Amino acid sequence: MWIGILVASLGCYAEKFLGTVLPASVLENERIRRTLGLMPVALLAALVAVQTFGSGMSLALDARAAGLAAAIIALILRAPFLVVVIVAAVTAGGLRALGWAT
Amino acid sequence: MSGSEPPSTGRYGRGVAPPPTRRQIHAKAVSIAVASGAYAISYGAIAVATGLDVWQTQTLSLLMFTGASQFAFVGILGAGGGMVAAVLTALLLGARNGIYSMSLWPRLQLRGGRRLIGAQLAIDETTAMSIAHAEPVEDSRYAFWVTGLWLFALWNLGTLVGALGATVIGDPGTFGLDAATAAALLALLWPRLVDRQMWAITLAAAGVAIVLTPVLQPGVPVLAAAVVALVAGLLPTRMWVR
Repeated sequence: MWIGILVASLGCYAEKFLGTVLPASVLENERIRRTLGLMPVALLAALVAVQTFGSGMSLALDARAAGLAAAIIALILRAPFLVVVIVAAVTAGGLRALGWAT
Repeated sequence: MSGSEPPSTGRYGRGVAPPPTRRQIHAKAVSIAVASGAYAISYGAIAVATGLDVWQTQTLSLLMFTGASQFAFVGILGAGGGMVAAVLTALLLGARNGIYSMSLWPRLQLRGGRRLIGAQLAIDETTAMSIAHAEPVEDSRYAFWVTGLWLFALWNLGTLVGALGATVIGDPGTFGLDAATAAALLALLWPRLVDRQMWAITLAAAGVAIVLTPVLQPGVPVLAAAVVALVAGLLPTRMWVR
């Protein structure tokens, strides 16, 4: 666990530091810049999907989906970050406590 | 911002708002840092719920210090994914910070120890603040440092509070913390969904990850979804314009 944590942490720092060393002309390549800029969107979307519907190597529709739906409503209502997270957790936890969802 | 405009005595005359003072920049930086600190509380709680101990959770906030990567890292481990997939996803998400420091550096011009510290602070929020206060360059530097240092302090404090809190709570499953992870990641994605292209990439990437979940080891479907960004980024620009 520690090795992974240190490799990932130092790697993320190296990415930041690399930007201070590389010439700014690298950014002039429109496609490289665009691709790196789109990367968070694709990865975050995939993570949201897997965290909501994935269960190991199978798919599941459970209380997490209701939690996500509640989070979307909170985001549309421009709720602050912590509220969004708590609304999702309370919705999923509440449905489970009531026995309405797994 | 009118950088080409020659300075004159009437520049900030009637009807023209004066540039924000240091005090205003500082206030904005603190409010951003407080919001991030709240976010860090949920990160700390989720990381501990995933199975990391308080030290590991805190080390990620101190050394990695980039929220999306940290959330992805603990999220993939929590979903039963392998360490390699978790590390690679964190690195792919962190790549944008390199673009930030690359675009910040001509303005910051740091050397030695300050360069090492400044690089660590090159993240979404500091970049946004530095660009928002681009001129004069002293304000831009001030905005970068004051945002970065406050954020680093409150991000780590929030992490500690969340991590210690979660160890007290006990079994996190009953509190819906698995749903909280998805919501936290969605809240990071949400501000980026500014146009149809971003929505298209979001739906395509989510679809790829869902379809591959039953056939690949946990964590790998997320990495596979990075291909969506590659394809979209390498397509000719004109396909997206209009």
